[in-house]
Amino acid sequence: MTKTVIKVGMASCGIAAGARPVYEYLLDKLGDRKDVEIKQVGCIGLCFREPLVEVIKDGTRVMYGEVDIDSLEKIIESHILNGTPVEEKIILSDSTEAPENKTIDKQVRIVLRNTGIIDPTKIDEYLERDGYKGLTKALQMDPEAVIDEILESGLRGRGGAGFPTGLKWRFARKAAGDEKYVVCNADEGDPGAFMDRSVLEGDPHSVIEGMLICGYAIGAKHGIIYCRAEYPLAIKHLNIAIEQARERGFLGKNILGSGFDFDIYIKEGAGAFVCGEETALMASIEGKRGMPRPRPPFPANKGIFGKPTNINNVETLANVAWIILHGASEFNKYGTGKSRGTKVFALAGKIVKGGLVEVPMGMPLREVIFDVGGGIPDGKEFKAVQLGGPSGGCLPASELDTPVDYESINATGAIMGSGGMVVMDEDTCIVDVAKFFLSFVQSESCGKCPFCRIGTKRMLEILERICDGKGTPEDLDLLEDLAYKIKDGSLCGLGQTAPNPVLTTLKYFRHEYEAHVNEKKCPAKVCTNLIHYTIDPDTCIGCTKCSKVCPVGAIEGQIRQPHKIDDSVCVRCGQCKSVCPVKAISVE
Amino acid sequence: MTGVVKESTEEMQQVLDKIIEKYRGKPGSTIGILSAIQEKFGYLPEEAMDYVSESLNIPSAEIFGVASFYSMFRFQPEGKYVVRLCRGTACHVQGSWLVGEQLQRHLGIEEGGTTKDGLFSLHYVACLGCCSLAPVMMVNGTVHGRLTPDKAVEVLESYRREGQE
Repeated sequence: MTKTVIKVGMASCGIAAGARPVYEYLLDKLGDRKDVEIKQVGCIGLCFREPLVEVIKDGTRVMYGEVDIDSLEKIIESHILNGTPVEEKIILSDSTEAPENKTIDKQVRIVLRNTGIIDPTKIDEYLERDGYKGLTKALQMDPEAVIDEILESGLRGRGGAGFPTGLKWRFARKAAGDEKYVVCNADEGDPGAFMDRSVLEGDPHSVIEGMLICGYAIGAKHGIIYCRAEYPLAIKHLNIAIEQARERGFLGKNILGSGFDFDIYIKEGAGAFVCGEETALMASIEGKRGMPRPRPPFPANKGIFGKPTNINNVETLANVAWIILHGASEFNKYGTGKSRGTKVFALAGKIVKGGLVEVPMGMPLREVIFDVGGGIPDGKEFKAVQLGGPSGGCLPASELDTPVDYESINATGAIMGSGGMVVMDEDTCIVDVAKFFLSFVQSESCGKCPFCRIGTKRMLEILERICDGKGTPEDLDLLEDLAYKIKDGSLCGLGQTAPNPVLTTLKYFRHEYEAHVNEKKCPAKVCTNLIHYTIDPDTCIGCTKCSKVCPVGAIEGQIRQPHKIDDSVCVRCGQCKSVCPVKAISVE
Repeated sequence: MTGVVKESTEEMQQVLDKIIEKYRGKPGSTIGILSAIQEKFGYLPEEAMDYVSESLNIPSAEIFGVASFYSMFRFQPEGKYVVRLCRGTACHVQGSWLVGEQLQRHLGIEEGGTTKDGLFSLHYVACLGCCSLAPVMMVNGTVHGRLTPDKAVEVLESYRREGQE
């Protein structure tokens, strides 16, 4: 009899959603049984359904979502021990209809081919799924042929800039010097993007294998993974994977008898967004302040410690082994125009199915957000989608037919970036969002360029003024003027793209800025200085719930008597409105 | 985190010597050294940075320059529980600023501060990468998701009970 396999999604997101007690309960109840195998796996991307438990029994696969101890008891008793699946908790199934089948079916999983499926701490599970076969094949090819294959695949940098990966490799190969470096940029700093974390936690070998192939192609012996310290589980899994790869001879001297030497070590970041920029990242690896420098010289010629260096992002590298193994033509059959293959998007914000999805390039935004992502929760209206993090832009409903490829997205004023997609509904204030991004880049500016350092500060002040109801119509022109000057006057990508969130929102949502400036109103009712909470005395039943929940004691009233909010004390947190059972509280 | 260790200069130097020897002669080790010191003491004491500067013959301005550049490094001791509230985009649109204001009121400290009893420090941090559970916060190593202002306070209170046991 084959073993029943139970997998628990134990990436950071799963653990945060409560997967650990679920896993421990399973171990406690079934850990001793010889016919059951319990595994920890990474994130399959269905984060909104976590904790996730997958049961593979008698050849069929069923995934349960939102599992707690109560439902787990049922699953153990009915399904695992007696073979009858618990229908109402099934979210994914390969044999019957299930609510999330469509979410997965619409995807093409190359980067995420193993995440959520294998135990990332066991190299054998990676090997069983064609792991290191791409490397084996590459080592039998000429390094130039490896680069040709990557070039032909059309793979472009997935970290944001979209530079052709094969071309980057060729530059590094041609660069003079015996000592070269391959760097994996795992400093995923864009708020709202978490695909790199998921790959590193759930399938670290795919990144290591990509680095190995790159090292072979460009003639490098040293690999460095620069990983942000905010991802402790990713670092742990990478360390385990590197150790296992060394034991099996995939890292070290004379790899697989080919004469090729390569090893990798991890460098932890220390918390600086700008270190995602490649020259800043190299400075940080060298132990210095992570400040960018002008290019040229490019890293390919003068990189870490002055040596030729090739830097690729996690998602880019996770594609590499697959391309070599399956061939460029298999990869570039997905996608459109100059954007080939797939892209992983992190869906978050006001969206029903928040999580990670991998779709072919060219899929329209609408399909990603509404068909794969399930649309907007609570029957609310879609307002905007923010693409590409602080360097990107906010697109309105009228741009939803834009295909997700580098050129089409650039044409809207946003950028593909690392693939964060934060969806906003009618309750999100666009000016507040622009202010949020500006305050982010302002605090993350390294301070080297005056335009970025001072310009973003001035832009932030203007936005604060507008949100406080003290803005003037001239402020909007001033914002635009400053934005273009910062773009032109900054050295690195951070400054050059920092104004994008403001420029796109001014382009598509100018009316919302104008409401703040001209009418002193926040249409989404978010900006605290422009809104007031009041209780309708005729509707209020005097239940006292609001006064109990108010964190600042701004609500007074006797039981069964209408209550009143002291506007001068109120902090506009909205908690009273959310607890009122008779909807007596309104905000204007 | 090992927490705040109050040690005499001599004891501190012994600890630092061990760290320094591990990194001596390796280029680009400043961040690694500082991380190791912070892990040991819970923060970066000024004397420790000066000592490293002298031992490795690196100007102390350079060491302080690196330390002050990265948000992970602290110059003050931290509370027993370090609360990191995510201020990423997804958390922002899901109302993390309301959670932040409530936590500040509840703890009676501002962002970046530590409570008088030394139990809690509060920091706003960039994205923690758990966007689909927004808003989230991390207390020491544990992520808590789908927060409301009330729920966040409850979480802290459960740590307080644990801390007082």
